[in-house]
Parts: sequence; structure tokens; C-alpha cells
Amino acid sequence: MTATNAVVGVVQRSLSGQRRRFGAQVFEWSLLLLLLASLLVLLVLLVDVTVGSLAVWRERGLVDLLSSQLSANPEVAGISQALTGSLILTAFTAVIAFPIGIGAAIYLEEYAPDNRFTRLVNANIRNLAGVPSIVYGLLGLALFVKLLGSFTGPEVEGRSAIAGGLTLGLLVLPIVIITTAEALRAVPGSIREGAFGVGATKWQVIRHHVLPVAAPGVLTGTILSLGRAFGEAAPLLLVGGITTFFQTGDSTWFETLRGRFSALPVLVFSWARLPQEEFRALTAALIVVMLVLLLFINATAIYLRNRFEKEL
Amino acid sequence: MIEDRLRERSLREAPRVPSFEIGSRAVEDPSDERILIEVRDLHVYYGSFLAVKEVEVPIRQNEITALIGPSGCGKSTVLRCFNRMNDLIESARVEGEVLYHGVDLYGPDVDPIEVRRRIGMVFQKPNPFPKSIYDNVAFGPRIAGFKGDMDALVEDSLRRAALWDEVENKLEESAYALSGGQQQRLCIARAIATSPDVVLMDEPCSALDPIATLKIEELMRDLKEDYTIIIVTHNMQQAARVSDRTAFFSVDVSEEGRTGFLVEFGPTSEIFTRPQQKQTEDYITGRFG
Amino acid sequence: MTTAPLAGNRRRQARERTIRRVFLAAAASSVLISGAIIASLVGEAATFVLNVDLSSLSAIGWFPRRGFFDVRTIVVGTMLVAGIAMLVATPLGLGAAMYLSEYARPTVRKSLKPILEVLAGIPSVVLGFFALSFLTPQVLKPIFGNNIAGFNMLAAGIGVGILTVPLVASITEDALRAVPRSLREASYGLGASRMSTSLRVVFPAAISGVVASLIIAFSRAIGETMVVAIASGATGGSLFSLNVLQPGQTMTAAMAALAIGSDRVRGDDYAFQSLFFVGLALFVLTLALNVLSERIVRRVRQKY
Repeated sequence: MTATNAVVGVVQRSLSGQRRRFGAQVFEWSLLLLLLASLLVLLVLLVDVTVGSLAVWRERGLVDLLSSQLSANPEVAGISQALTGSLILTAFTAVIAFPIGIGAAIYLEEYAPDNRFTRLVNANIRNLAGVPSIVYGLLGLALFVKLLGSFTGPEVEGRSAIAGGLTLGLLVLPIVIITTAEALRAVPGSIREGAFGVGATKWQVIRHHVLPVAAPGVLTGTILSLGRAFGEAAPLLLVGGITTFFQTGDSTWFETLRGRFSALPVLVFSWARLPQEEFRALTAALIVVMLVLLLFINATAIYLRNRFEKEL
Repeated sequence: MIEDRLRERSLREAPRVPSFEIGSRAVEDPSDERILIEVRDLHVYYGSFLAVKEVEVPIRQNEITALIGPSGCGKSTVLRCFNRMNDLIESARVEGEVLYHGVDLYGPDVDPIEVRRRIGMVFQKPNPFPKSIYDNVAFGPRIAGFKGDMDALVEDSLRRAALWDEVENKLEESAYALSGGQQQRLCIARAIATSPDVVLMDEPCSALDPIATLKIEELMRDLKEDYTIIIVTHNMQQAARVSDRTAFFSVDVSEEGRTGFLVEFGPTSEIFTRPQQKQTEDYITGRFG
Repeated sequence: MTTAPLAGNRRRQARERTIRRVFLAAAASSVLISGAIIASLVGEAATFVLNVDLSSLSAIGWFPRRGFFDVRTIVVGTMLVAGIAMLVATPLGLGAAMYLSEYARPTVRKSLKPILEVLAGIPSVVLGFFALSFLTPQVLKPIFGNNIAGFNMLAAGIGVGILTVPLVASITEDALRAVPRSLREASYGLGASRMSTSLRVVFPAAISGVVASLIIAFSRAIGETMVVAIASGATGGSLFSLNVLQPGQTMTAAMAALAIGSDRVRGDDYAFQSLFFVGLALFVLTLALNVLSERIVRRVRQKY
């Protein structure tokens, strides 16, 4: 009887696998810890930035920060020019990257034959997406500032907002192409077949059936790419983004485009390295503004995607 | 009932898909002036692979012609030659002639878009557009430039497809809200909205339940009064029930691959009771397939 | 009857052809951009290489405005920072990916994954500021005391690492989830625990995807500019140094420093051309890494 009890005991113990369970549990916890560590860093960053900016909100308030111009004096320095600059650049990026990017994706997914050349073009676009952003700055410098300087900004040796916008547009273009192509690929082939079957031309199929179905994905991808352009500084530094200060008075839109420019991320770069303590708080406040705007852009993208996906 | 429909059609203004005169020289064979499409020496290649060879089959007006055979025999490939859907496949190459009213559909001056507006297609899996029921039917005529009474055209097409009674109150709803059988009838309505001569059906019932299948078979018998129907089916009994003539295809297995070819063609009753070829008899009686 | 009705509308066909050409032009622009990048880089870099005294390429440090173009300095700087970044990003990214893919319940996954995506959207300048104003004084100074400078490569490396974690996590997670369920079921069927299955079955099956993600992350780390430019100092130039607790210069930050210098990249002393020289080197390096990782991914896809 004791023998069978012993056997039962052994079987019971081996089935419960207690020792193994402990090791596995530790493993699972370590993984979770690593995941939470990343989230923790994010949290610490946000808290640090928010706390650091409190002094600015208390003493100067949001409106003052948004409406003041660049200055070496931290008591009056503000982000208005950088804000305008960022808005102009983002709009420019959209105008350049969206039509060309979506058009290119339509060609590659709907028209291009499946041969070696098309595959090379696709591979080329994927490589362009992986090129460091500062290299796009070099391209912008050589092309839009030096070569086309008299056109993009004669007063400022080509270092104009136009040059900056064009450079960011090129930077973002491969991303727009890739996300749009993915959205187009996701449209089921049966819909295309049905449309061809009733005698639609290629463009009619694309316009009436493929694009409407792919629209939510395309919209999301393009807006998110704008968010990426919004946060870029390196290429702008090379193309003339101002890190000190400049005057913007009453100039026309056209003059503004062809004149000196700044942008929110460029400003972060320049303020972060200034020695004065007050600039520490100012930079934090600037970052808060930037992050809120970014959040708004991303939230818009997600909201639009959800809204249009429902209507299907 | 049939007379009513015919009278109705002549009374209504014809849709603006341009019609053409049927010349006197329509067919060679004096014994049958009703041959609408004639396929001559048709070969279809995918790249260098010969998928279907030496097909010759006459399609008669206002009849249902069935293409049957084991899987892989190329019947769908042949069907898609009638409306140049094979053009959409890059590696596909068609040799031979498909004469429609005496005109080769693969001739140099022929626009496949125009072909597809006269020869419509219903696919294996119902594929309505992600639009409303109304817009599904209206799409074809719209892009063909139809300027008449679209509401009437949509209603007429849905009636002919035996779907009107079920959807007349929800034309604005999404097509995806319909059942599988209803969606397929919607696809039929969509195909006939462009007033085609011919409707091609590629295994239209294979994704449907038996009751929906019966409804569509009934529908086919009604439709042949006004249209010519070519149907591909792997269901022999369906071919026997529904079609007037049957073409039986089989596969030739060689070292290059499987090449489909036409074994026998004739009136359905003959094919199913007194087939001339042994292969046909074997298939019909279920000895292989 | 004639073929006339079947011939189709001439105008419509012409319109279709034009539309196609417009889209083709858009696609061709992508090829043009690559060509432009290469042309601009090679042009000026060639000027540099042809005109500069090559002995200055192994001088005491990288001081472009004084004519010292010790490329080693900035390349070593790049490798140090990128190396530190990978030390941070690899465990965090792989761990997060493995947890999300193999352990997390769908609800947990749904709520935690977006947070990683938020981290991915943080601009690099913000991380640079974070490294300078928080990491160095609050985290590193207490550890290293006076051995560490205000601007240092370690903080920059950690910042770049944080930036790269979401990239590693998302690509690795895709690779893990691409492993077919049947493999996992076979392992569980033999009585393996989740840990054994994850470590010994799933992870090895996805190893190519994991390696590819690490290579891409490394490429990204090499190309990162702003974190280093803010947190690692050295805007004028730097001596060759291996001490990560001191300021240092990477290829990217060197380029940024050149651009914002007082002489405004006007073309004096070949400083301008050196900019493109470094840029070309950077471009070639990241391109090689990206192509390598793509080759690896393609080999995986064939397996399944």
C-alpha cells in the first residue's frame, strides 16, 4: 500500500511540475518587466517635461509663449515663428508628398507589369525610406539651396521655407508611397474583377472601386507621415533652419515662403543647448506644445480611419 | 408572361449602349443561322504553358451552353476568352479566333472594354461592390454613358434577376447586407444592366446553398429568352437540368503539364444519353472526374 | 457588321493612356530622387577627396574648419553611440516583443501595444533634450560622479536606444507572430512549457526576422542625428576618444555641426565638401545594412 502511495506521490509531483513552473514564472515576469521598462521611460519623459515646463505656464502662460518671437532673452522669447514655420513646412510637405506619393503607389500597384524593373523600383523606394534624414538634408542643400537658390529664396541664399518644405516632402515621399501601396493591395481582387466584368476601364475601376475602399488606409498613412515630418530637425538644419533669431514683420505670404524660417524641432535643438536655466523651462514648455500638436495629428489620423472604415 | 416582358422591353426606350446591325454574312453553316459566337482553333497559353488547345465550339443565340469537365480542364479559361478577361492576366496569351457576329473579338481594332459591355459575366463567388444595391446595378450603365431613366433601368434589371420583390424597399442599403443567393442574383442584375447579348456564368452556384441554387437555375431558364448564356459548371446534373447544349472538356496530361481540350460538343440530351466519345461516357457515368 | 462599334471610343482610350502616363511619371520621380541623392553626394565628395591632403584624414581629431579631417574619430563615435543604443534597445525590444507575442492576453496586448507606438512617434529632439536634462544629471551623474561630463556619449547612446526600442519590438513581434501556430501546438503537445516553447521553438524559427530587425535598428541608430547633437555636445569638433563619459562626435552630428557653424557652410577650407564626404559614407553604410536585412527577410519568407 505504501508503495502505491509513493508511486501516486511521485506521479502527482511530476505532474505538478513545481520546479519548472517557478523558472518559467520568473521568465515571464522578466519579459513583462522589459516591456514595462519601455513604458516607464515614456512616462518618466512625459512627467519630466511637464514638470519642467510648469514655471513657464505659471509666469507667462500659453498665449504669451505662442505669440512671442525668438529672442536671446529668455524672459521674452517665444515660439511664434517656429510654430508658423512648422505649419508652413507641414503644409508644403503634404502638397508635395501626397499627390506624387499616391500617384506613384497607384502606378506601382495597379498599372505596372510584374517584371524585374518594377521590383527594382519598389526595392529602391524601400531603400529611400531607410536613408537617414540628414542625408535628405544634404540633398536639399545641394539641390534646393545651392542649385535652385535664386528661385527658392534669392534674399537668403536659398535657405528658405520653400527649400525646407521641398526637402521634407522628399523625405516623407517614400513612406507615403509604401503605406498607400499597402492600402491598395488590401483591396480584394474580386471587387476589381466585378468592375472589369461590367466593362469599366482601368481608371474607372481605380477611381470608383479601389480608391474608395483603400481610402481609410491611405488617409491614415499619409497623416501619420505628416507627423513624422513635423518632428524632423536634422534636414532642416542643413537647409537653413534658423537657430538664433530673426525678425518677421509684415511680409506677404510669398515673401515669408522665400525667407528665413524656423521650426519647432529646430527650436528645441537650439534652446536645449543654451546655458541659461530659464531656457531649460522654456524648452520643456516648447516640447509640451510640440507633443500636444503631434498627439492631435495622430489622433486625427486614427479618428478618420475609424470613421471611414465604418461606412463600408 | 414572356410576351409581357418582350412587349415591355420594346415599349421602353432602349438603354444607350450602342447597338449594331447584324449583317447578312453572320454564319457559314447554312443549317443554323442562330450561331452568335464561333470559336475557331482557340489556344490559350500562360507564359509558355499551354493551358487549353484546339477549341472549336459554336454558341447559339438564346440558348444555354454548358462547359463541363473535370477540374483543371480549362473550362473557366475558355469562358474568360469570350469577354477578354484573360487580358487581365499578364502572362496569358490567346491564339485563334472568337467570332462574335462574325467579328473576331481578338482582332486589332477591338477594345476589350466594349466587348465586356456586350458580353457580361457573373463570377463564382458573389462579388457585389461595397456600395448600395442601387449603385451596384447602376454602375455599369453609368460608366457606359447611360443618360436615360436610371431608376427604371435598375428596376428592370432587378426584376429580370428575380430580386426586385426582395429589395425594392431597401435599394439604398449596402449590398453586403444580402444573403449569398441574393448577392449572386444582384450580380446577375448588375451584369444584365448593360443590356448585354451574352451572359457568361463561371460556376455561379458553387458557393450557394441548394435552395439558392435552384432559384438561380430557374432564373437562367427565364433569362435565356432575352440573352445567350454560357455557363461553366462542375455539377453535371446542373448542366443536364439547365443547358440546351453541352461542351465536354478533358485534360491531356503530358510532360509539359496539363492541357485542356474539347472532347465532345452537342445537344445536351444527346451528350447525356448517347455520348459519342468514350471519355464523355466515362465522365457522365462517374467513372472518373 | 463591322468592327466599328467594338473599336471603342478614341477619346476615352487617349484619356486612359494619359492618366497612365501621369501615374508613371509620379513613380519615376522616386527613381529620380535616388539619382539626385547619389549625384549630389558623389559630386561634392569627389571634390573633397581629390583636393584634400589625405594625411589630414588621420590627424588628431575631427576639426573640419581647421583642416583636420580625422574620419576615424567620427566613425568611432558613431559606432560607440550606436553600440550603446543597441545594448539598450535589444533586451527591451526583444523582451517586449516576446511578451506581447507569446504571453499577453488580447486585452493586455491591445492596451500596451499602442503605448509602444506612441513612443515611436516621439521626435528625436525631445529624446535629446531628455538625455541632456534628465538622464545625465539625474541618472548618470549619481552613478559616475565627477567622471562624467555634462555632454557625453553615454547619455546620447541611451537616448538613441530608447528611440529604437519600438522599431525592434514591432519588427520582432511581426517575425514571432509569423511563426505558424502548428509549430507551437506541436511543442505544447509534447508537454513543453510556454517558456521552453518560446525560447526553443518560436524564437529560433523567427531568428531571421529578429536578426533583420536588429540590423535595421542598428542602421537607424547610425543615422540618428539630433539626440547626439543635443546630448553629446562637441559642436566644434572633437579629439579621437573612446571615453563614452565625455563629449563625442558622430558622423551625423558632425554634419549638423558643420551646417550650423558660424561660417554657414559657405565653402571655406573644404569644410563644405567634407560634409558631403561624410554624408556619402553614411549613405553607403546605411544602404548596405538595409539591403542586408532585406536579404535576410526574403530568405525567411521563402521558408513559409
